Amino acid sequence: MDELTKENIIKAGLCASVVITILILPVIVVWVGSNGIGVISWEFLTGRPYRFELGGIFPQIVGSIYLVSLCSLLGAPLGVASAIYLAEYAPNNVITQTVRFFTETLAGMPSIVIGLFGLEFLVYYLQLKTSLLAGAVSLSFMTLPWTIRASEEAIKMVPRGYRDASLALGATKWQTILKIVLPAASPGIITGILLGMGKAMGETAVVWLTSGSGLEAFVPRSLRSPTGSLTMYIYLLATQGHTSESMSRAFGASLVLLVMFMAVSVSALIVRNYYLRRLGPR
Amino acid sequence: MNGNEITPGQAMQDVFEEFRIDGAVNKVVFRDFNLWYGENHVLKDISVEIKSNIITSIMGPSGCGKSTFLRAIDRMNDIIPECRTSGQVFIDEDNVYAEDVDVYELRKRVGMVFQKPNPFPQSVYDNVAYGVRIHGMANGRELDEAVERSLRMAALWDEVSDRLDESALTLSGGQQQRLCIARALAVEPEILLMDEPCSALDPIATAKIETLMRSLQEKYTVVLVTHNLQQAARVSDMTAFMYIGEVVEFGRTKDLFENPEKELTENYITGKFG
Ligand SMILES: Nc1ncnc2c1ncn2[C@@H]1O[C@H](COP(=O)(O)OP(=O)(O)OP(=O)(O)O)[C@@H](O)[C@H]1O
Ligand SMILES: [Mg+2]
Repeated sequence: MDELTKENIIKAGLCASVVITILILPVIVVWVGSNGIGVISWEFLTGRPYRFELGGIFPQIVGSIYLVSLCSLLGAPLGVASAIYLAEYAPNNVITQTVRFFTETLAGMPSIVIGLFGLEFLVYYLQLKTSLLAGAVSLSFMTLPWTIRASEEAIKMVPRGYRDASLALGATKWQTILKIVLPAASPGIITGILLGMGKAMGETAVVWLTSGSGLEAFVPRSLRSPTGSLTMYIYLLATQGHTSESMSRAFGASLVLLVMFMAVSVSALIVRNYYLRRLGPR
Repeated sequence: MNGNEITPGQAMQDVFEEFRIDGAVNKVVFRDFNLWYGENHVLKDISVEIKSNIITSIMGPSGCGKSTFLRAIDRMNDIIPECRTSGQVFIDEDNVYAEDVDVYELRKRVGMVFQKPNPFPQSVYDNVAYGVRIHGMANGRELDEAVERSLRMAALWDEVSDRLDESALTLSGGQQQRLCIARALAVEPEILLMDEPCSALDPIATAKIETLMRSLQEKYTVVLVTHNLQQAARVSDMTAFMYIGEVVEFGRTKDLFENPEKELTENYITGKFG
């Protein structure tokens, strides 16, 4: 075999890998879509589940939205504040490096471990019960490091010239951060928060252990209410159901989850593009 | 006209120039000033007097400390943690490095324009209004007036008066730099420090800024760092030549260019190094 043939075979192999990679997403989407579209109906989207595999998934849709929103509401301010400290104030010493190491490790922590901690500490020890609050707080443990990392990076990307100009006009450091740095970094920060929301939305183990059983028939009325999520519902129907009806409901719920997830991802993409375009002409 | 020939008119103008420069009062005075970045001794025993209402240029090879010198005047070097200083810098009678100095007030007194135009990613209006708002100097109608006044002083008003709400990043490089000048002027400083303000601009934009500088000297003390010898000769009344952290020679631009006292200066001017 001559060198050219070898080269071509390698090229074809690499190309095939790319094709496979690209195909994964559409195949999953089409698969889930075609299996799930059948059960999608007004009743399915607005009803409440009963007798395991009957009824709708409205409380689960709302539960997922509540969990993710509350998780960001709690996690985002904390994450952004930490990022501001790390990027702007923290001296580069052992303590800061330790903080960084902690957040990096937390980012890679298996979610089941976080869920177990949430169960033991929040649900039992702090007596939050399996509830919306316990679930959202546990989820924010998971998304916090991502928010911090994305925000810190976005803050550090803000050109030094902006800070110099602001300080040279007699602004204080905090005024500079608030009026110049954060607005300039906000698209990056928002993208980070949105990606964290996407992660939280797809999380199963953590909410499973801390927020509810998955088949809740009611929309949560307070922070202490048990709250079901789409992910739990899907898991239950796919593993405990024994009929094809239950399986296609799992797919229907997956389709809804997928659409919600994509809405978040697409918003993240739009914000990111806007960001790049704005930095573009410089 | 041949450069060596002196006409009566020219002679009169020279005398007038001399009078204008010699008659100027001291605005910024460095006294035995030293500055270190960690172990790096960047400014060494600087003692110079910068006069009011004229343009003083600072030239010298790259890395000799020109930017640091400028930033020493409004204590912008304070931002760098490992920076230490000794000696004094006075603006009028006030020691800038005295303990009770309000740095933010100081920086309001001293405007700064940077090498790369750096307007904020905000509207033209908000850029100019930024400092005025920070210092709570004006709002409403008064703020509008302050913005217009500053843009006029920076010779930019006619070009942007109908696009005040547009992003500053849509302006051309030269316009952006004049916007940065307007932004600095808006807080009503006494001194304007310009660090190679034209190095990112084309000749036409540069010419506009040079004309602008000339018009500004009536109200302000202008200190200009430049790599461009012609520019220093063209626009400045006095020139300092710096070399590795020291001010080697400081005097009237004409004298410094025509018969420099130090060999180092002469070598630099004639392009033997740098
Ligand atoms: N933030 C900083 N931290 C440490 N050292 C610095 C810092 N900024 C500048 N220096 C050092 O101080 C010295 C003088 O730098 P400065 O920027 O004042 O030179 P310059 O004359 O303005 O040069 P150029 O013409 O290239 O702009 C250089 O040796 C440089 O390496
Ligand atoms: Mg410089």
